[in-house]
Amino acid sequence: MTDTNTNKPMLKIDGLHVYYGAIHAIKGISLEVNQGEIVTLIGANGAGKSTTLRTISGLLKPKEGTISFEGESIGGVPAHEIVKRGISQVPEGRRIFADMTVMENLDLGAFTRSDKDGIKADLKTVFERFPRLEERKEQLAGTLSGGEQQMLAMGRALMSRPRLLLLDEPSMGLAPLLIREIFSIIVDINKTGTTVLLVEQNANMALSIAHRAYVLETGRITLSGDAKDLAASEEVRKAYLGG
Amino acid sequence: MEMGQQVLQQLVNGISLGSIYALIALGYTMIYGIIKLINFAHGDIYMVGAYIGFFAITQAGLSIVPALLVSLVTTAMLGMLVEKLAYKPLRHAPRLSVLITAIGVSFFLEYASMYFVSPTPRTFPAVMDSVAINIGGLVINGQQLLILGITFVLMVILTYIVKFTNTGKAMRAASFDTETAQLMGINSDRIISITFGIGSALAAVAGVLVGIYYNSIDPLMGIMPGLKAFVAAVLGGIGILPGAVVGGIILGVVEAFVSGFISSTFRDAAAFAILIIVLLVRPTGIFGKNTKEKV
Ligand SMILES: Nc1ncnc2c1ncn2[C@@H]1O[C@H](COP(=O)(O)OP(=O)(O)OP(=O)(O)O)[C@@H](O)[C@H]1O
Ligand SMILES: [Mg+2]
Repeated sequence: MTDTNTNKPMLKIDGLHVYYGAIHAIKGISLEVNQGEIVTLIGANGAGKSTTLRTISGLLKPKEGTISFEGESIGGVPAHEIVKRGISQVPEGRRIFADMTVMENLDLGAFTRSDKDGIKADLKTVFERFPRLEERKEQLAGTLSGGEQQMLAMGRALMSRPRLLLLDEPSMGLAPLLIREIFSIIVDINKTGTTVLLVEQNANMALSIAHRAYVLETGRITLSGDAKDLAASEEVRKAYLGG
Repeated sequence: MEMGQQVLQQLVNGISLGSIYALIALGYTMIYGIIKLINFAHGDIYMVGAYIGFFAITQAGLSIVPALLVSLVTTAMLGMLVEKLAYKPLRHAPRLSVLITAIGVSFFLEYASMYFVSPTPRTFPAVMDSVAINIGGLVINGQQLLILGITFVLMVILTYIVKFTNTGKAMRAASFDTETAQLMGINSDRIISITFGIGSALAAVAGVLVGIYYNSIDPLMGIMPGLKAFVAAVLGGIGILPGAVVGGIILGVVEAFVSGFISSTFRDAAAFAILIIVLLVRPTGIFGKNTKEKV
């Protein structure tokens, strides 16, 4: 971890526009994530949350605007290069490799790395964090339960040893108890030095663990600020917290 | 010959022929697995492989194994070149455009070959003494042994690559979900290119082996085996590697039985009857799962 750019954001998005063909999905958003933070991006279905993460990861190219990570421009850099630069993503719906074993999934998470000892150490950490994965090492990933698949997707993303972890709706389709477990793991991952950008529809939970938050509505950021303040704000409560 | 022995003999013939189909079908199924393209030019790649082997033997005077290696490497490069020039620019185009392009590539390879090497069939040189093993009346000839031996070795190598190497894992990941594979840091363009290389190399070996088996090659020799290998891939479950091998062997055996016990006139019809039956009864093929994945 470098301290040299503590006053500069780790990730900075400025005036970003993203299109799917003619569909204008992201309409000029700007946001920042500082090293060590958990930042959450909340919003309703179709607001453009996944599109934002997919653009950061290089799966989509920005039409306009800039994305920089640790001071370097990464807008338009291909996805497989982004991982090497220290950003990894847990995609929406987990997207585990169902016909491969748990172990093979984790191996693929470390695809860009060649430091055998480091990989071994990180695998140990992942297994400590998710003991259920270790028990099911040789099992086909497609046979895991929904919660276990989420853990695998997170473990897989951690195997690249990211400095910034992007999480797209980790609570999707999980029982409340499991959601709480996953969120406490996210906090723990953050405490051990990984910066987190968390996309959620479950605004309640997301705001409870985040430092700062942005609210996205049909491709635009309409609110941003301290997570505590947003959780208390009338507007957010009405729109996203069901009260 | 008594009946039981005759059955056994056709089985040997069928498995030899089926190994050839399996080698071609593997390329079909790998390419389909990764970019969902029925590569109609694959049979023509196999033909080019046969010609390269032919020239390596007749012009360069190589013996069979070096000739196979030359053909394998050169054809792999051709396959990668075709992918780069014809298919890569269409990565985000509708699948039909890519399919039509594949048919175009197929015609191009066929007619370019006719132009350069003439449409007249060539006699493939005899590369080995006509040995044959006779086990109580059951005859396995040298060519069949060569086919079975080489196919076996290639299957072992391929299985090793796909199961245990990083490239193999990346290939499986990209076949399952290209986008997520990219999120792992896998360069999917590179993996697609490698897949074309491996598939084309296997087809090249099949081409040379067929040259040796049937003694004759021509620029249109890839059409029929290409179609049959496609049937084999569908029979086994397209996109599934062991499926291609099993499908190829079954097809070869069925053909051998049809020509041995009914009439060789119906040999080709058998393949297409199988295709129709599979599509009606079990479109996902023998190894095909109906649907996977929990979301
Ligand atoms: N592949 C695509 N092609 C065309 N339009 C798309 C595509 N993916 C998303 N969109 C559109 O872009 C907009 C933003 O979608 P996005 O998936 O980013 O929303 P989201 O905030 O992640 O929603 P959700 O909470 O439902 O996951 C939506 O209007 C959606 O219809
Ligand atoms: Mg989404």
